[in-house]
Order: sequence, then C-alpha cells, then structure tokens
Amino acid sequence: MNKRLLALFSLLVIASMVLAACGGGAAPAADSGDAGSDAGSDTGSDTGSDAGGDTGAAMYECTDALGCVTIAPGEPVKIAYWGVLSGADGSLGEDSKRGVEIAIDDMGGQFEGHDILLTTEDALCTPEGGATAAQKLATDTSLVGLIGSSCSDETVGGIAALTNAGLTTISPSNTRPVLTDPARGPDYAGYLRTAHSDAFQGKAVAEFAYNVLGVRKAATIHDGSAYAEALQQVFADEFAALGGEIVAQEAVAKDATDMRPVLTTIAAAQPEFVYFPVFVAAGGFIVNQIRDVAGLEDVKIAGSDGIFTADFLKAGGDNTVGMYLSSPDFGAFPGGYPEFIEKHNAKYGGAPLSVFHAHAYDAANILFAALKQVAVVEADGTIYVPRQALRDAIYATQNFQGVTGSLSCSASGDCGAPVIAIYEITSANPDDWNPQDEANPNPKKVYP
Amino acid sequence: MRTTLGERLTDWAISGFMWGFRILIVFIIVYGTFSTLSSGKYTGEQWIDFIVFGISQGSIYALIALGYTMVYGILRMINFAHGEIFMSGAFSGYFVATWLDEKGFIDANPVLGLLIPILFAMFMSASISMLVERIAYRPLRNAPRLVPLISAIGASFFLAYAFRGLFGPGVYAYPPIKALDGEWVIFGVGILRSQVIVAIAAAVIMAILYFIVMRTKIGKAMRAVSEDKVTAALMGIDVNRIIVSTFAIGAAMAGAAGVLYALIYRQVFFLMGFTPGIKAFTSAVLGGIGNIPGAMLGGLVLGIFESVGPALFLDGLGIPRPYQLKDAIAYTMLVMILLFRPSGILGERLTSKKA
Repeated sequence: MNKRLLALFSLLVIASMVLAACGGGAAPAADSGDAGSDAGSDTGSDTGSDAGGDTGAAMYECTDALGCVTIAPGEPVKIAYWGVLSGADGSLGEDSKRGVEIAIDDMGGQFEGHDILLTTEDALCTPEGGATAAQKLATDTSLVGLIGSSCSDETVGGIAALTNAGLTTISPSNTRPVLTDPARGPDYAGYLRTAHSDAFQGKAVAEFAYNVLGVRKAATIHDGSAYAEALQQVFADEFAALGGEIVAQEAVAKDATDMRPVLTTIAAAQPEFVYFPVFVAAGGFIVNQIRDVAGLEDVKIAGSDGIFTADFLKAGGDNTVGMYLSSPDFGAFPGGYPEFIEKHNAKYGGAPLSVFHAHAYDAANILFAALKQVAVVEADGTIYVPRQALRDAIYATQNFQGVTGSLSCSASGDCGAPVIAIYEITSANPDDWNPQDEANPNPKKVYP
Repeated sequence: MRTTLGERLTDWAISGFMWGFRILIVFIIVYGTFSTLSSGKYTGEQWIDFIVFGISQGSIYALIALGYTMVYGILRMINFAHGEIFMSGAFSGYFVATWLDEKGFIDANPVLGLLIPILFAMFMSASISMLVERIAYRPLRNAPRLVPLISAIGASFFLAYAFRGLFGPGVYAYPPIKALDGEWVIFGVGILRSQVIVAIAAAVIMAILYFIVMRTKIGKAMRAVSEDKVTAALMGIDVNRIIVSTFAIGAAMAGAAGVLYALIYRQVFFLMGFTPGIKAFTSAVLGGIGNIPGAMLGGLVLGIFESVGPALFLDGLGIPRPYQLKDAIAYTMLVMILLFRPSGILGERLTSKKA
C-alpha cells in the first residue's frame, strides 16, 4: 500500500516537473533564477505568450528576474486588495478598498484598453488571516500588483508568500514602524506603504498629552497586535523622554471583553492619562468600562487611527465623548482632498468610514504610474508586465503628487508623508461622524 | 497480575512526575499570591472589585454552561452551536431594547425595559435551538458520535454567518439603562448596579431551572431520559419531546445570558458567541459535564479565577502584562482540576454505560 502511494506521489512530482520544464522550454530565455517558486508564474505567462505568437506579432522576450505577467487582448488587468473586510474592524479595510476603487474610476476603469479588475481577499486583521489571504493570492499568476494589507499583523503573516511569488504590495494603513525598517529582511522586498509610520504617531500623542493636556503620569493598554504593541511603546518612550512617567503598561488578549480587572490594575497605579491604541472591539470594551472603575472616573483617555471610525462610536457609546484620537491630519493634505471626498461621498453616499481612504487612493495611483512606465504593450493589445521592473519602478517613486502629500519611496519601502493630528470626539452619534466636515466636524481637530 | 520491575518503575516515574507537576503549580500559585499580597499594590476594595467582576462574568458563563451540560446529560453530545444560540439571544434582545429605547419605554419602566428583552431573547433562542435540533441533530441521532459533533460545528458557523449576512459585520451598542448607571452600596462596598442585576438575574434563572429539573414532571422525565433512553421510552416518556424541551430550556438560558452579557459589555456582533461559548464549555467540563449544579459552580469558579488570577498569581511573580495570560490561567486551571479530579469538581464517576 505504502509503496503504491509512494509510486503515485513520485509520478505526480515527475509529471509536474515535466510540465514546468515544457513551459520553460517554450519561452525563449526563460528566467533561470528562483526556479522553484516561479514555476507557477512561468507556465502562466508562457501560455499567454504562445497565444501572442500565433497571431504573428513579434514575440516579447521576458528577461525579468521575477518573470512577467502576460495579459492577452480582452483579458483584464488584475490587481488585488487584501485586508480586513469583516468583523469589528471591517470598516478599516472597506474604507481603504473604496480609495482603490476611486483610483480605478479615475483611470476610467481601464488600462491601455484593458479593463481593470479588482479582486479582494479578506485577511481578518490577524497574522493567520494575512498568511491565508497572501497564499491564496500568490497562486494567482495573472495578478499584476496588490494594495494592502490593512492591519500590520496581516502583513507580518502574509508578506513572505507575496514577495516570494514575485508580487509587490503597497499598504495604505499598516503603521507598525518595523515594517519599513532598513533591517527588515528580504521577505519584505515586495512591501511598501503610503501610511505613516507609528514612530510619528506615537510621538504626536506623547507631545499632545505632555504639552497640551499637561499630564505627567500615563498608562497604556495594548492588545498584543503588531500595531498596538509597537505604537504604545513609541508613545511610552517619547512620553518618558519629555519628562513624563509611565506608571503602567498593560495588555489584554485581542478577543478580551471583560476589561474591568485590567483597568482596576491600572487604577492602582493612579495615572492621569490612559492611552489604548487598539482596534474597534477592544477599544469599545475599554471605553465602555473605564468609567466604572474606581479611580479612573475622570482620567483623560486617548486612542489612535485603529479606532478612528464611526464604528467605534457604535461600540463605545456615550463614554467616547471627550476622548482623543490621533489620525493623519486631513486638514494638512496639500491638494485635491476635498475633490476626492466629493467623489467618495457621491459614489458611496456618505462620509468615509475610516482614515486611510486617501492613502489607498495614492497607493493605487503609484501602482498605476509604475505600471504605465514598465508595461510593454504589443500592437495587438497584449500587455507584458515584468515583475521585478514593476517593483523597482514603485521603489523609484519620487515627488509623486498624491492627495496625502508629496510622496517619495525610500529604499526600505516608506512612501508616506506623515502629518499627524489629534482629534476630540464631540458626539457619540455615529451618524454625526464626519471629521472632514468644515463647519461642524466630529471628531474635531484639537492639535496641532 | 504480576508486573515486571520495569513496568512498576515506569508507573512510579509517571505518578512521581504528575505529583511533582501538581506540587510545582500549587507552589507557583502560593508564591505569586504571597508576594502580590505582601507588596500591598491593591487595596481591599480593589480586591472586592475583582471578585465582583468575576462573579458577574462567571454567572454568564454558568448560564451558558447549563445548556452544554443539559444536552450532554441527555444525548452525550457537545452542542457546539450553543455559543451562537447565545449570540442570537443577544441580537434579539438588542433589537427589542433599541426599539423600546426609541419609544422612551426603558427610561419610564426600567424593570420591564430589562425584562422584555430578556424574555424575547429567551423565546428567540429557544426557537432557533429547536430548529437546529430538528434539522441538524435529530436525523443524526443514531449516527456515530463524531457525526453530530461535526454537524454541530457546521450549525455554529451557519448561524454566525447567517447573522452576519442579515445584520452586517459591524458592532451594535446595546442601549444603556439609565436606572442601572452608578453603584449600590452593599455592606459598605460600592458595587456597580449592572453587575448586581446580572448576578441576581442569573441566580434567579438558575433557581428556576433547578426547580424545573428537580420538582416538575418534565424535569423528572428529563432525568429519566438522561439515565436510559430506551427504558424511559418503555415507561411511556416521549423521548423526542423531552430532548426538544431540553434544547429549548438550555437555549432560553443562553438567550438570557446573551442579554445580560450585552447589558454589562454593551456590544453585540456576529462573532461574539465564540469565546464565551468555549469558556462556558470549559466551565461545564470544570464542574463535571452532565451535572447541573456543577455547571453553575464551574462558571463562577472560572469567572472569578479569570478576574482575580492575573493580579493575584502573576503580578507577584513579576510577569509583565499579566492580563494577556488570562486565558492561559483559565485553561491551566482546567488542566489542574482535571488532574486532581478527572470527572470535574462535582462530576460523578461515569459508569461505562454513560461514558
């Protein structure tokens, strides 16, 4: 029995090798590098180039180190959005997805006469979800580029699969500093972001707390996620550097609901300011319960961009009024933002759901600009996209005039133009949520 | 029955290791407790707060756990869709409470404003659970044991994602009841009103259940079916009807727990049933699965351990961010209790027929 299984298995292995080799042979000068991981993408592009050859057009020779994507006439240009689209944090990903959709609308829905097709993959805001989504996308050899993920955890889980498949992704909303650290490792070669790094966000919150609110004793809570853990640590370091004292740094599980015990522990340290840069569900539980705990009835509270959404008002209820939230400074976006909001509100019938729609719009436009530079268009309409060249072109982006600022990508993938503001929630009614409103914004910008 | 020296040595080594493990855990707990208490970080009032938080969380676990334990008692089956029954109760309660809140009814009649959503949630949960039993479990009654278990997991996912499809993935906030804001001073200690109400409501519901099971005809029939289905049927008991009522009663309690949960945590969303469901299942095993007072006790013990544990044991050991390990405490305790008492705190030794 075992022997037969083994025989069957080896037959399968041999068959797949033969198939891969045939594919490689048919393509002139097939890439020799990365043979293992690129076997799939080779076969995909080769069938396409054969079709091109039949029509008698001059055959494009793919010499790219990561292989090429071939888009035959009539086939769509496929890009993918991966991020959280369900659960308590679904609005974070949905908001960014809308930014990408508006960027596609601006292209007229087409690239060089091909329809642009946006596919989505829910990554659930967890490392496991990110890994699953990325592995699924990595098998799609017709994919040109990606926008995402939403949560830093998703990138931590999924980026290796995407990079190794020769894909490049631009995240509109990952803010964990280490993702674009110069020493981030080769798995991150296919990763860039237009979001700000939390090195800036944590600093802005610390300065606001120390200088504007005048507090000297602060406590933090994180949920163990890559985002929250790093952000509260940046805050703690900056706050201590300003001369303040961090009296407690606590953490909860991401699915925790009973926050009163951890808040009681924090109350024992008597802070004047509690900072919890977590996500919607946990943030809502903390805000709901914090005023019930003796010693924290009047403590000042703040969160960050992870809960900068109307959903947080739904989850947190009346206690959210007076709470501070940090976010990109919409008022400081240099140009085109009001027009973008107009398009957004007309298309979706309401104000943006979260904070990273403009960053997603810019990310998609950077991807399209790079695509325009490197794509080879044949006379019959076939498009070849060399993957390494596309990746290099995105990294080479300089002074790109986006909605969020003038964007230049660093060698370690940081394209963002970070300007952070602190907002104060003025109404707990989710229908009032409109930080972009000029006359009566909620939340209202209070710093700088 | 002669055993070789080698076998005896192995037995001896294993039981020695087990005892060493038990002693080690007990030592760690005692040491952590001692050093936390001697550091004087928390005041007496804060300790009482920890325990009160634990009791209200624990009584919710207990209410859900009853459903697991009753169904297990009768069918020897783990109803994994029970967490989603709890979630559907919270949703039903939320919609009624929001509707009443918009009419201003809750502020005018806080008692009815609390009671109506609970009763409606109990009704809805019981109906959904009876449907699940009819569709997903009854056709598989005589199938091997793993089959209804898989069916239950399927039902669980179906319910969660059906609610997602109907009401979206967002979070809903349960309307606050103004009469429950603030504290009551009991024996000189201020305790949050909502917590007191939740603990009392849970106690009342459990008392009613206990009365039903021990004193009424249907309760007697349930106990008979649990003992032996075939003989019970021979004595003229309609076994199917009893099984359906067991599901309905267990689900009604989960529905009530859903509203009470929404009352203290004020959030309702489609995946909310998963973690409390697992914790309640843990409580049921902890108390001795199949045993009703055991489920109540297990829930309370688990809730209190979760609330007090991180501050009491882990703080003193100098472990940073102890609250992340809350679940580890809960499950370590489960392992500990099963090591000392394999059938749970109040569990009887299972006869081979039942096991």
